[in-house]
Amino acid sequence: MADKVLMKGNEAIAEAAIIAGCRHYFGYPITPQTEIAAYMAKRMPKIGGCFLQAESEIAAINMVYGVASTGLRVMTSSSSPGISLKGEGLSYLAGADLPSLVINVQRGGPGLGGIQPSQSDYFQATKAGGHGDFRMLVLAPSSVQEMADLTVKGFELADKYRMTSMILADGTMGQMMEPVSLEYDIKPMPEKPWATTGTKMEREHNIVNSLFLQPDALEKSNLERFERYKYIEENEVMYEEYMMDDAEICIAAFGIAARVAKNAIVEARNKGIKVGMIRPITLWPFPTKAFEAAAEKAHTFISVELSMGQMLEDVKLATKCKGEYMLCSRVGGMIPSPEEVLAAIEKANGGAK
Amino acid sequence: MATTQYLFAGFGGQGILFSGKFLAYKGLTEDKQVSWLPSYGPEMRGGTASCSVILSDTPVGSPIVSKPDVLVAMNLPSLDKYEDSVVSGGTIFVDSALIERKVKRTDVNVYYIPATKLASDNGMPTLANMIIVGKILKELGGYNEETVNAALKKVISAKRADMLETNLKAMNIGAEN
Repeated sequence: MADKVLMKGNEAIAEAAIIAGCRHYFGYPITPQTEIAAYMAKRMPKIGGCFLQAESEIAAINMVYGVASTGLRVMTSSSSPGISLKGEGLSYLAGADLPSLVINVQRGGPGLGGIQPSQSDYFQATKAGGHGDFRMLVLAPSSVQEMADLTVKGFELADKYRMTSMILADGTMGQMMEPVSLEYDIKPMPEKPWATTGTKMEREHNIVNSLFLQPDALEKSNLERFERYKYIEENEVMYEEYMMDDAEICIAAFGIAARVAKNAIVEARNKGIKVGMIRPITLWPFPTKAFEAAAEKAHTFISVELSMGQMLEDVKLATKCKGEYMLCSRVGGMIPSPEEVLAAIEKANGGAK
Repeated sequence: MATTQYLFAGFGGQGILFSGKFLAYKGLTEDKQVSWLPSYGPEMRGGTASCSVILSDTPVGSPIVSKPDVLVAMNLPSLDKYEDSVVSGGTIFVDSALIERKVKRTDVNVYYIPATKLASDNGMPTLANMIIVGKILKELGGYNEETVNAALKKVISAKRADMLETNLKAMNIGAEN
């Protein structure tokens, strides 16, 4: 087995990106993700890569657009307010069908908010990264190991589907240290015949662009994109089921909330309560079928999240509002305790008797 | 115990995060599941710093320690803030050079050690944290020369290799007091 090292989640993301072949990083510091930039600043010059602290988040995302146009693996990272600034660029990346990796180590909002952990950018990441009809692949790590694994996966998916992959983490995931093993079998990048790498006078010019003034052409590009999204929804869903076999109460939680919920589930199981959890690893595509199947057996769904029920809406949609629903959440940088989650489980259990 | 939850708390600059990191690495060397979570942000700058460390035989759930088995208090605000959160039957280590009051709880084990004074008396003013770590390992068991050395090598960078001996000495002082 590979030697495990202790790393902060933020550092694990940075090192995994380098292993995946990323040699261009553009960013602007913001707590709680600054370790990513710091790590890149240290490592990139040593391996012939490029670290650039841009003058703003907007500049950084547009630098990502530039490198992505050449077909190289590129990333940027920020935290909630900084991601809002990148929104325009995310839309342009989608409009030009460019692959990229964007990290959001979320903090409490709205506005400048605070610097403590949050998951309140769920809507933004899964539904409204910017203007226009588009999606991002949204990956939600729940351990430092997953911070690294999903970074590698994020690059692969981005290249495969010519989309932005977003890692939706939070301050806890970014700051905590856990053992991590960084042994990967990195697959070669797919061919990118669309990349602007110079024609060498051997082919037509490649044009990377998101401007389509003819509505029929723009409609066509949208429809083509949504064909891809449909394929992704059928093929790229990732989730973990925990004690779901006989579960009558189903918790939905991702990231740090799923870690807290696990403690509560263990406690509740000790009390004989049949509770389990579906932990989405991809928030888009959402594990709709897993929740649909759970609704056959579970009477109550509890969404444990660090937001005001943003994911709960997707749980209701997936289960067609067939069950009972509860929200167990803290916001603004607060995190629900296992006791709070256990109280919600017990309430759901009592309600069924 | 299958899972032990530690909370280290004190001023920024006392090596709170470092001692937690050492313990986490020691756990890793002993094939335990570990997690380390620091407080971060403005409170690190001169205010209170804390860090949660969990060592377990099974995968770690939440990395947040809200009910510590072991509390290390290196200043009064930390003891005031966290004393009540310690589980019944848990253990509190108090730097008695900096905290004048006694622990009020009667259902926990308490060790008082004047770590900051011992550190300055022994010409290692920055290592009160490791003196307390030495005390923890002595009182709660787990002092293992091999894993202690291995963990120290992980947390002390190669450039500061000369600090290895000093850290070991600090831990021995802690174990003897």
